[in-house]
Amino acid sequence: MSVLPFLVAGWILLVGMYGMVTSRDLVHAVGCLAVAQSSTYVLLLSVGFRHGGTAPVYSDIPTNARVVDPVVQALALTDVVVGATVTALLLALALQLQKRHGTVDPDALDGLRG
Amino acid sequence: MTRRARTRLFLAAAAVIAAVFALACLRLPPFGTQTHPYADRAVEATMRQRTANTVSSVNFDQRAFDTLGEETILFAAVLGAVGLLRRTADERRTRPRPVAVLPSTRLFGAVMLPITLLTGVYIVGHGQLSPGGGFQGGVILATGVHLSYLAADYRVLDRLRHREALDRADALAAGTFAALGLIGLGAGAAYLQNVLHLGTFNQLVSGGLVPYINAAVGVEVATGVIVILAHFLDQTEEFAGGGKGGSR
Repeated sequence: MSVLPFLVAGWILLVGMYGMVTSRDLVHAVGCLAVAQSSTYVLLLSVGFRHGGTAPVYSDIPTNARVVDPVVQALALTDVVVGATVTALLLALALQLQKRHGTVDPDALDGLRG
Repeated sequence: MTRRARTRLFLAAAAVIAAVFALACLRLPPFGTQTHPYADRAVEATMRQRTANTVSSVNFDQRAFDTLGEETILFAAVLGAVGLLRRTADERRTRPRPVAVLPSTRLFGAVMLPITLLTGVYIVGHGQLSPGGGFQGGVILATGVHLSYLAADYRVLDRLRHREALDRADALAAGTFAALGLIGLGAGAAYLQNVLHLGTFNQLVSGGLVPYINAAVGVEVATGVIVILAHFLDQTEEFAGGGKGGSR
């Protein structure tokens, strides 16, 4: 089935979103966001796949070799970096919440406090 | 909104997303197709620029300006995390206590630390030739430094990383990337255009600007990751008391 890899990406996205919606712990929610974001890696890499293609690195293969799409691989790299920075920032925010409000349960964080 | 209502709302939305996404997938070019117009053009350009690693060529040459933005995101995130995790007035610094470590673990750390650092430098240095580059190698370098935390204790890690020097190196490397783009302007070309001597294909000095940007990104990622992790580790290892929740 040729659409299966794309559908897998959609499934990972929805699983991650389900985890975020039902989460009772912000650290867990950040993990779910990382899962949801990893669906974009799967989607990008499956869009760029070419049957019989190898990695687009010509240091030890002939220059006319059949390779997969390097553009989406570069985009996936960007994606990973941005994902890591977002995770770091969100975890720092969760730490601050724990310090100020004494909880990281999103349902317990209902009041505005200065 | 109750949890049950929220889950129901999500499931309804998820059903719509799933249906529309699946419909969109059916109209995509088939998986594994041989027609990749962008790939063909990127490979053509990487051959012209004599960069063996096409992904590095895309990141640091063909899309160098986008990568500058990406690197700025990384720098901003480091700044943001440092701001969020700074020591507050009600926290006091404690001295981390020495920890007993198994001799085998200590030996493992002593052997693996130089090997990991060397691997990191290799991955950064060969970014234009073999898989890897500044981002990947930088993370390996940062991981290597933290082997000292696993194999010894926090005080050893603290001696190994010089906070102020790392902060400065991070900012300097981020600035170096932006400054390297000026070479193109100086040569009468566009900002970040690869105007340096391209060298021989598949040699260490090849790809013109690519190895230099790679090195700047490698330093920035390595120092950035160490600085972020240092502030997270401080929360558990050095700061005591403070806040309503205290340490978890």
